[in-house]
Amino acid sequence: MIQMRKVNKWFGRFHALKDLDLVVGRGEKYVVCGPSGSGKSTMIRLINQLETHQSGQVIVDGVELDNDLRKIDAVRREVGMVFQSFNLFPHLTVLENLTLGPIWVQSMPAPEAKELAMQLLERVRIPEQAAKHPGQLSGGQQQRVAIARALCMRPKLMLFDEPTSALDPEMIKEVLDVMVELAAEGMTMIVVTHEMGFARTVADRVVFMDQGEIVESAPPGDFFSSPQTARARLFLSQILGH
Amino acid sequence: MATDPVFGRGETLISPISPSFRRQRGNWGLTPWLRANLFSSRLSAVTTLFIVYLLWQALPPLIDWAFLDAVWTAPDSKACRAASGKGACWAFVAEKHRFILFGTYPFEQHWRPALATVLLIALWALSALRACWKWWLALVWAGGLAVIGVLMWGGVFGLGYVENERWGGLILTLILTTFGLAFAFPLAVLLALARRSGMPVLRGLAVGFIELVRGVPLISLLFMASVMLPLFLPSGVAIDKLLRAQIALILFAAAYLAEAVRGGLQAIPPGQYEAADALGLSYWRKTLLIVLPQALRIAIPPLVNSFISFFKDTSLVLIIGLFDLLSTIKVALTEPAWSGFGVEAYLFAAIVYFLFCHAMSRYSQNLERELAKAEAGRRR
Repeated sequence: MIQMRKVNKWFGRFHALKDLDLVVGRGEKYVVCGPSGSGKSTMIRLINQLETHQSGQVIVDGVELDNDLRKIDAVRREVGMVFQSFNLFPHLTVLENLTLGPIWVQSMPAPEAKELAMQLLERVRIPEQAAKHPGQLSGGQQQRVAIARALCMRPKLMLFDEPTSALDPEMIKEVLDVMVELAAEGMTMIVVTHEMGFARTVADRVVFMDQGEIVESAPPGDFFSSPQTARARLFLSQILGH
Repeated sequence: MATDPVFGRGETLISPISPSFRRQRGNWGLTPWLRANLFSSRLSAVTTLFIVYLLWQALPPLIDWAFLDAVWTAPDSKACRAASGKGACWAFVAEKHRFILFGTYPFEQHWRPALATVLLIALWALSALRACWKWWLALVWAGGLAVIGVLMWGGVFGLGYVENERWGGLILTLILTTFGLAFAFPLAVLLALARRSGMPVLRGLAVGFIELVRGVPLISLLFMASVMLPLFLPSGVAIDKLLRAQIALILFAAAYLAEAVRGGLQAIPPGQYEAADALGLSYWRKTLLIVLPQALRIAIPPLVNSFISFFKDTSLVLIIGLFDLLSTIKVALTEPAWSGFGVEAYLFAAIVYFLFCHAMSRYSQNLERELAKAEAGRRR
């Protein structure tokens, strides 16, 4: 589904990603963790080209991404993304947030798009909020709308960039529950998160990044019980240590 | 109250006659209000008394001048000259109002610009109603402007042809403003988008245009349009004076409005662009569906600010010989019999300008409130 080979990315003189290699198969769930500034977000933002890479190959669903805008558009149609800060469109209602993509990108007739949107709102358990504006919802509800909005495009792959980091603790579970369900349905997922409980139950592999490199990549059982590197041990002790 | 429904209901029932309610009512009276707002401290009391003294000195003479001793109608300026210094000469405005409002338009045809003025104001009023923000509003405007064109130019339906050199007064001000804003606003949005685009050439052109136009006074732009532009046109091609002035005004307004729009664009969080990109929206769809609706709402105060100053700036066309409202007053004052009544004449102009500008300003406040309400609780 995703192949990254020797990918390099610089921000000015800062070397953000160093010779990154990553292969994710269809239906696999990857959890990416690591200290802040380690390049996790940059890495997943490469997959739908919110960031561009300077060297190496990024291949998503058989399409190699270069500067060709048509390829980027084609990939973005297949890839859904959920952001840390939700990024819902505040001037539109919840329902309009969901139907925007299907109507304007996939040229779906409006009634059909509405029906699909309502199904997905049922699935994230907030159909009663359809007519409200995002500002009237709680953080957890907003993030579930954001997930539904991404799913409305019927993506083959979902990217989550720290989806629960901006949430109050009591709202984290409602979002994670939706993500666990999604994983159970077989969606290919790449999740940047520090929710290690989620990683243990859902992930096929945990990828640990530091300073722009993938330091370790292992099934969650192995990663949590016997991390191979000192950096991963330090990181785990910091986030699990209290 | 919410925790005890029985007590809560009782409280509400007896409150209109309860002592606490009466005390509260006492606080709304005149004396407590004066004490709280005008005499709250020694300094505030002194300031209040001083201002009352100033008003006492200034208001009665002003009322005498403007109303009681004013000359309202007079067959000629003799009565005005007699009252000179004591009372205002509104007779001048009464005598000259047709020329002030309609300029050199043929006298017996004045009903045409009058009707056009009313029609144009009605179009604006209609556009102000949110219930009318439908696709048919564009048709109404197109039809309305066509009718106004027919009324002003004539030449059909038995109306005599009047060349636009003879248009003047209020209708000219309104036409310059309407077409100025109608063309400048879309141009401004494009300029603002170009200035923020990733393409260096486009950005450079937009920045160059905005800086150049903002960097010179409107008067020099109007001079260039009226004097220099014809020199650059191929021989045989002539653009009339009104159109040249209109183009200069459009370019000028676009540069200012573009900066107001850019301010709105900059206030949109990057996450909005990213979310739109992640959905796969194309540039124009992202701009029209996500970015502009939010940016223009944020930009309402500076935009209206520019609209109002543009409305007043149209008066500068007098320097290239177009007779807008202010120029017709100036010309009316040059008649020897009536010279010297400039204060009254310009006061009249000020009142007309104020009415239009104040309407715009009140409408924008209203619009901001309405839009905020429509999205109530956007930020709780």
